[in-house]
Amino acid sequence: MEAPPPVEERRLVDGLRAGDESAFTRLVHEYGPSMLRVARMFVSSRAVAEEVVQEAWVGVLNGIGRFEGRSSLKTWIFRILTNTAKTRAVREGRSIPFSALGGEDEEGGAVDADRFLGDDTRFPGHWAAPPQRWEAQPERSLLSSEALQLIEREIAKLPPNQAIVVTMRDVEGFDAEEVRNALDISETNQRVLLHRARTKLRRALEEYLK
Amino acid sequence: MRLDRELTCIEVVELVTAYLEDALGGAERERVEEHLVFCDGCSTYLEQIRQTIAIAGRLEPEDIPAALQEKLLAAFRDWTPA
Repeated sequence: MEAPPPVEERRLVDGLRAGDESAFTRLVHEYGPSMLRVARMFVSSRAVAEEVVQEAWVGVLNGIGRFEGRSSLKTWIFRILTNTAKTRAVREGRSIPFSALGGEDEEGGAVDADRFLGDDTRFPGHWAAPPQRWEAQPERSLLSSEALQLIEREIAKLPPNQAIVVTMRDVEGFDAEEVRNALDISETNQRVLLHRARTKLRRALEEYLK
Repeated sequence: MRLDRELTCIEVVELVTAYLEDALGGAERERVEEHLVFCDGCSTYLEQIRQTIAIAGRLEPEDIPAALQEKLLAAFRDWTPA
């Protein structure tokens, strides 16, 4: 999902401020589907995610008069979305830590330690069981809809902070800065969460293609 | 001296995201690249991370359900620009 170029964005902002319905529907069409998917990672159900999206758009409308263009319109809209979703998640009793990188200890490495040679070998820390190239198999391939469903399921199983970051980055195609700004997290946090998420998704695909 | 030593595979797999994000310093980036030249396992690993990213990017956008779309339009029509 590409953000509209600045001139176009300016036009949409002006249109929205003037109450132009076509500017609104254009923006809903452009960002609505991503907003729904991202919101879904914060809250417990699809229905609640839809409410979050609705609430966020009301926030966009009420705030557009004050939008100063210091970030892109897209980043600003997603900031409103994620703040709305966070508030809603808290009300649902779900806490989604972004600032403190919780769970470091339970995470383990990107790859199981037993796939590397131990300290008592000649090449400690090097592959003992290296990954095998993913060759398409007759019944299982990366291009199958089954693989897509697998990825979708695995993302849903991630801790919410990782699911949110990987959804924004890899599913919706945001760049790192857009994600940092929308979620108000540091560069390191963004990267660590993305790393953990991608690591687990790779592992799931490896398992699937084995 | 840490800098003189080659990276191990177990270290490289933890640096893959920083590498792809272009977040490594010049020296560390070079060490990763040197490692990848001779290490098939880590090259394959990096390739698989790239494939994983590509698959995630192929997930279809979900449509906004018609009912939600109507609610959004209604909210827009209720709203008076300041």
